[in-house]
Amino acid sequence: MNSTMSRSILALLSGAVFAVGLGVAGMLNPANVRGFLDILGEWKPALMFVMAGAIAVYAIANQMLWRMKKPLLDADWNHLPRPGFDFPMQAKLGAVLFGVGWGMAGFCPGPAIVSLASLNPSVVIFTAAMLAGFYIFAVYERFKHARAR
Amino acid sequence: MMMAFYGGLIIGLAAALLLIFNGRIMGISGIAGTFVTLLFNPKARNVQAEEFVWRAFFIVGMILGGVLLAQFTHIFKDAAMVSSNPVLLIAAGLLVGIGTRMGWGCTSGHGICGIARFSGRSVIATVTFIAAGMLAVAVANVLIKSAGGN
Repeated sequence: MNSTMSRSILALLSGAVFAVGLGVAGMLNPANVRGFLDILGEWKPALMFVMAGAIAVYAIANQMLWRMKKPLLDADWNHLPRPGFDFPMQAKLGAVLFGVGWGMAGFCPGPAIVSLASLNPSVVIFTAAMLAGFYIFAVYERFKHARAR
Repeated sequence: MMMAFYGGLIIGLAAALLLIFNGRIMGISGIAGTFVTLLFNPKARNVQAEEFVWRAFFIVGMILGGVLLAQFTHIFKDAAMVSSNPVLLIAAGLLVGIGTRMGWGCTSGHGICGIARFSGRSVIATVTFIAAGMLAVAVANVLIKSAGGN
């Protein structure tokens, strides 16, 4: 089996495990997510526990990187982003916009895509608009780069 | 709360697999955003075929996982939507789509992977989008109350 294929199958497995994790964690229920953001109402801390569990496992994996010359299925680290503090104003504004949309609907990108499997019309509308948002930003970036040239 | 923690461990495992085996960050807005960008740009897609293919497989995996949950659990039946108003859903979806791309990541990429890698920008991003989300919910609650609804 060539390694492009093995990397793709690993990606599929990772995506499926992620979906099951979101389900177990209760994060496919927008009411739980919204509940975490509703600090002045009936606050639901679940999302904090989800992040704690996920960060704990991932921090261990990240420690393993130091002992590895390359990933198990690839020749290099694919320009893995370097941890750092650079975060320009535009990116901060992006995080604000994301937070507002997240609070409005109780969906962030992961649960929105996984929940497409429910065929719930509200999910389909939200996720279609989110994908459109991805595309709108891609067009904006391409336009900006074309003008800069 | 224990289920939330266990679910978190599984999410961490999914992200760890992608990092250790493929050397990739499990940031959903980055994965799906780049997928959409390349989907509508055949020239770039041909040059970076693998960049497109593995993301497609990851997304198929997510949806397959969702189909399994729909088949064997009540998770989706128990889910309570915040709103079914299409105007609100479209506005929220656009904000999440544009905002996560502009902000270099979302809950998974910044909130989990970035924080676990001690990346300062991810801490800033996570604090920012959680604070903005809390503010949005608080304002929405006041608006609903003053409109006399529930």
